[in-house]
Amino acid sequence: MYKATVIVKRRPSIVDPQGKAVEQGAKMLGFNNIEQTRIGKYIEFYVNVDDRQAAEKEINEYSSKLLSNPIMEDFEFTLEEVK
Amino acid sequence: MKPKFGVVVFPGSNCDHDAYYALKKKLGYEVTFLWHKDTDLESCDAIILPGGFSYGDYLRTGAIARFSPIMEKVISFAHNGGIVMGICNGFQILLEAGLLPGVMVKNNSLKFVCKDVYLKVENRETIFTGFQNEKQVLKIPVAHGEGNYFADKETLKELQQNNQVVFRYSSAEGVVSEENNPNGSQMNIAGIINKRGNVLGMMPHPERACDPLLGKTDGTLLFQSVAEHMVNV
Repeated sequence: MYKATVIVKRRPSIVDPQGKAVEQGAKMLGFNNIEQTRIGKYIEFYVNVDDRQAAEKEINEYSSKLLSNPIMEDFEFTLEEVK
Repeated sequence: MKPKFGVVVFPGSNCDHDAYYALKKKLGYEVTFLWHKDTDLESCDAIILPGGFSYGDYLRTGAIARFSPIMEKVISFAHNGGIVMGICNGFQILLEAGLLPGVMVKNNSLKFVCKDVYLKVENRETIFTGFQNEKQVLKIPVAHGEGNYFADKETLKELQQNNQVVFRYSSAEGVVSEENNPNGSQMNIAGIINKRGNVLGMMPHPERACDPLLGKTDGTLLFQSVAEHMVNV
């Protein structure tokens, strides 16, 4: 079994109104060095297979089909074997 | 022939009854609800994907609804030329399903925008706008938090070239400008059709502009256009 952690990021070319708003909050709090805030998604789950390649294949399919929208987002993931 | 509309009900749809009411009580068409778990379109002539917050808008708007059992049928219905109309959340579902190009992101104001807007009819030769011979600007309400339409440059160009942009946010006089853009949509896009012209997605709610009691009735023009088209086919 593997534990997967998927991070979904909005492409740089896509506007991120949420990131902008959060950054405004940063400025209000006096964090003046913060810039280019982007908000994405962090998703974790377990994949109940023994083979690492099979797990990767399934996560790739799952992430591109449902967890991310390929028109505006990219994803990356890490895998950790769970005994 | 009496045209029959089907209104899909997803968990979290909340404009399904408004659509039913407008079509049945105000316009006198045959209407049936279609449950998201069903796989039968019950020989409907046109399918409405209503507004709301299907599956709580979790993950992305429309992302989970798009994989409902009924959607498989709706997608093949659309591919075969069937008339599909996605309103608000229904538009978002159509984008996720790939039946229309582009994506929706949060309104640039970050606010949920709920008000009457004016729509300039940019293409009057569609199944959905054929009835509007005399009207060039429609008054129809919007109610959404994620109606900020985005597509890459190529897609936008293609939409324009093929006359797929049907409605743009405008002033009452039909002037399309940034100040009349409620959500930051590219090119003030409020509604688009697919290349074939049988699938429409729009953020404004025509079903909420069908009863004179509500002070506006321009929404009826869209449904009448569709019904007229179905009768003539």
